[in-house]
Amino acid sequence: MNNLIQLIKYAFKSIDWQLMVLLVALSVMGLVVMHSAVGSTSWRYADQEKHFLLALVVMTLVAMMPPHIIAKCALPFYLIVLVLLLGVEFFGETSKGATRWLQLGFIRIQPSEMMKIGVPMMLAWYFQFRDRQIFFIDYVVATIVLLVPFALIVKQPDLGTALLVMASGLFVMFFVGLSFKLIVPVVAVVVVGLLSILYFEDILCLPETDWVVLQDYQKGRICTLLDPSKDPLGKGFHIIQSMIAVGAGGFSGRGYMSGTQAQLDFIPERTTDFIFAVFAEEFGLFGAVTLLILYTAVIWRGLVIALRADSLFGRLLVGALTMEVFVYVFVNMGMVLGLLPVVGVPLPFFSYGGTALITMSVSFGMLMSISKHRKAEHPYLSTRT
Amino acid sequence: MRRPLGADKANNSKFRIRVLVAGLFVMICFSIIVARLWVLQVDRHDGLVQRADSNRTAFVPIPPRRGDIVDRHGEVLARNQLNYTLEIMPAQVKSIDQMLTDLSEVVNLSEYELRRFKRKLQESSRYAHVVLRNNLNDIEAAWFASQAFRFPGVNLRGRWVRDYPQGQSAAHIVGYIGRISENDLVKLESMGQTGNYRGTDVLGKKGVEKTYEQTLHGLTGSESIEVTAKGRVVRTLERDDPSAGKDLVLTIDMRLQRIAEEAFEGQRGALVAIDPSNGEILASVSRPAFDPNLFVDGIDVESWRELNESKDFPLINRPLYGTYPIGSTYKPFVALAALELKKRGAKEIVYDPGYFELGPQRYRNSGSTAYGAVNMHRALVVSSDTYFYSLAPLIPIDTLHDFMAQFGFGQLTDIDLDGEKSGVLPSTEWKRKSFRKREDQSWYQGETVSTLVGQGYNSFTLLQLAQATSVLANLGVLRQPHIVRAIKNTRTGEAIPVNVKPPNMLPLKPENIKVVRDAMIDVTKIGTARRAFEGVTYDVAGKTGTAQLFSLKGSKYNADQVDERLRDHSLFMGYAPAQTPKIALAVLVENAGWGGAVAAPIARKVFDAWLLPSKPTQAVEIEPVVQKKQ
Repeated sequence: MNNLIQLIKYAFKSIDWQLMVLLVALSVMGLVVMHSAVGSTSWRYADQEKHFLLALVVMTLVAMMPPHIIAKCALPFYLIVLVLLLGVEFFGETSKGATRWLQLGFIRIQPSEMMKIGVPMMLAWYFQFRDRQIFFIDYVVATIVLLVPFALIVKQPDLGTALLVMASGLFVMFFVGLSFKLIVPVVAVVVVGLLSILYFEDILCLPETDWVVLQDYQKGRICTLLDPSKDPLGKGFHIIQSMIAVGAGGFSGRGYMSGTQAQLDFIPERTTDFIFAVFAEEFGLFGAVTLLILYTAVIWRGLVIALRADSLFGRLLVGALTMEVFVYVFVNMGMVLGLLPVVGVPLPFFSYGGTALITMSVSFGMLMSISKHRKAEHPYLSTRT
Repeated sequence: MRRPLGADKANNSKFRIRVLVAGLFVMICFSIIVARLWVLQVDRHDGLVQRADSNRTAFVPIPPRRGDIVDRHGEVLARNQLNYTLEIMPAQVKSIDQMLTDLSEVVNLSEYELRRFKRKLQESSRYAHVVLRNNLNDIEAAWFASQAFRFPGVNLRGRWVRDYPQGQSAAHIVGYIGRISENDLVKLESMGQTGNYRGTDVLGKKGVEKTYEQTLHGLTGSESIEVTAKGRVVRTLERDDPSAGKDLVLTIDMRLQRIAEEAFEGQRGALVAIDPSNGEILASVSRPAFDPNLFVDGIDVESWRELNESKDFPLINRPLYGTYPIGSTYKPFVALAALELKKRGAKEIVYDPGYFELGPQRYRNSGSTAYGAVNMHRALVVSSDTYFYSLAPLIPIDTLHDFMAQFGFGQLTDIDLDGEKSGVLPSTEWKRKSFRKREDQSWYQGETVSTLVGQGYNSFTLLQLAQATSVLANLGVLRQPHIVRAIKNTRTGEAIPVNVKPPNMLPLKPENIKVVRDAMIDVTKIGTARRAFEGVTYDVAGKTGTAQLFSLKGSKYNADQVDERLRDHSLFMGYAPAQTPKIALAVLVENAGWGGAVAAPIARKVFDAWLLPSKPTQAVEIEPVVQKKQ
């Protein structure tokens, strides 16, 4: 009995309450929107509630693990997930043209999702393992660690997840001190690339142009983004309808449960990738900015935790995971608002789906663990860091 | 023990800069989002609100009626039957759960139906008709109709459901339809057919239902309806009528098909009967069979298990998918090869002591009978193995392969049915490719010996054998076998014959074919098949066969002592009337023993049914076949 009370006390101590309050606020907003978005498919709402409860438990459990244990898990976890990813390549289940799942006896898992945590953990651990004697060769190793899972996920194909895995790894390298001399040119190339796509759109989107790197459907998405009106009933439909929804929301929104775009089924994937369109239609600019502020606060808190972390592993991991949340939010909203191509990236704590939510909760559990298990708060741990 | 990392001041400040840059980056990106929100929600608000308000039309697909499948005389093999269905338009229902509770008091709703409904609901648009229950009987339908006012958004609809009135008969030819699976969806998408299948939940899975899916399905129409902001349907704005799928007229004659099926008397096996003059398949039997009606609304687990796990493989279409050694029915072709390749004359005498010796190996006649001096005619009539064994040193295997390939052995016939296998027509090249071990890759002359009597590596489908038989019947003309005779427009009644490959004239000498034919006629008069053809009023050219599955290591074959599934296959191939062939066929009865005793009597029944007067022998011309059906 006493042990149980101890355990609960320990659990409470392990939770970063500032972060928790923000996450609960986001979750509640997410559920409120989900209730409006589900329409007739009301069991999705009940499902999502269950997902949230499960996520809460997972987050607390992860938060209770001391960081040095998490660091120890990094390498085996990465390797296991890598093996699973290879397993998907050879034995994966194909559904709707993509091979993403692996049937392991009674459960079906999506290893690419786990890589969103596996890659930053592995890289953070690796740089700590090198004890800050970091040379150029370490960046090469890190790039390989990052590119192998990235390539496997792109091949599935799942561009959205691959981009998030890539981003998480790049952010670890950024935080560990990758020279700005390297970062600036890469960013410049990407920006120039994007601008040139915009500029040469007419030639690029002709059917005979082969894009070499990207598959046809990915080319289609980008071309659709450049000019959605070209294909209003096909590929452009999603973007046009979600932009209409957001725009119709205006400053104060059309009111809860009264967005016609959402309620009349015009927003595609309205419970998953496009749920932000439902939210922006019904709650307007006011609601959308409030939501952005909440996400900013979460990211802010994450970066503060990173700053205060007392191990290199902790700093890098927290920094990368926090920035991964940012990438989620930015890519998803950018897609809904017609700024970025349609890639399957969910909005954290809003979009329907258990898998992504559990991944998120593990990430935030780690943030909390690193936030709370510092020498300052648990002096007895200091000898082990 | 490593240095505590937090203590390093210089590094700390560097990291602080990095975090600052990251934070700044976040702020910049989020500012872009806010700017975009501003553009859409403030600057372009008025225009977009207008567009949202005009977004009040919804598209509803109207699935087309699936085409019927009839035999050459118009007898129905597959049709659509009216069936009452309860459908829900989610947009018109206030509370789905409440509606389901109330409705279950009026009609029975099983757990499975509720689950299926919820799953469908998730995938469907809110203006689609989502099926809640199928197969309402008249009483249930009437009972609901009287209460219908209580259930806005719940509609009783007459729905067309696939029906196979012939049951197990010709089941493998017709095939069946089934629910569209995720794999099917991917395929449809790659064919650009996704739109055409909106509103349709089944497609052909097997048989002509599958191979002619596009023809049978038709084109989906659509209806655009206007709805209020609250989602109520106001009126239909536009309607694009679906165009019904086309009917298929098969080459099959159902009367003949039934007679052939009954002739098997429950034994496992296959039969293919072809009209040699045009390649039309008159009957194609695969026994045992299954009832395609089981698949229409999704087969239940038990029936599926029973069919799928049965040792008799009822789901397999044997004539196309089963590959067998064809035993002595191969001999007419081998004899023809010897003549054509000038390796042995028809009159040449070979002494048959009951066995053939090649090096140290002795190859026995089946039954070990010694036939003495035989020429080609007698060798075919009594089915002397030794006569054919002794061709092994004369005809190299690759020469034999090239000759037999002309008849289509070991190759796809490209019949318009799914699941065809090519089988094996052995050659040195084939052997090199098929075996991994080096020592297994070379061809031995001893292997040619068994090949010449239709054993060894030979493995053909019955369809190939029937096709080759029909080439003999035609004096060397190869016609592509096909199962669909014409495609018929349901509305106009206009029937278009299907395209088949033009006939191919094989470079064979008619006099050589006649040597073989005369021998085959004597097979049925005085040879191995004489019992079965006692008292026929027309000439039959044929050949029996007994294909060994069990190799006898010196011991005598005793049917009772061999496992039932390893017993010999019983075969017969032939055509009739011998001078003016109207039908060519190949029969195989699995594990039934001697060909003359089991397979030949089946062939007799089919020939009689097709050729004897007082029964319609000739198919009605295509136009008269076309009867307008509702």
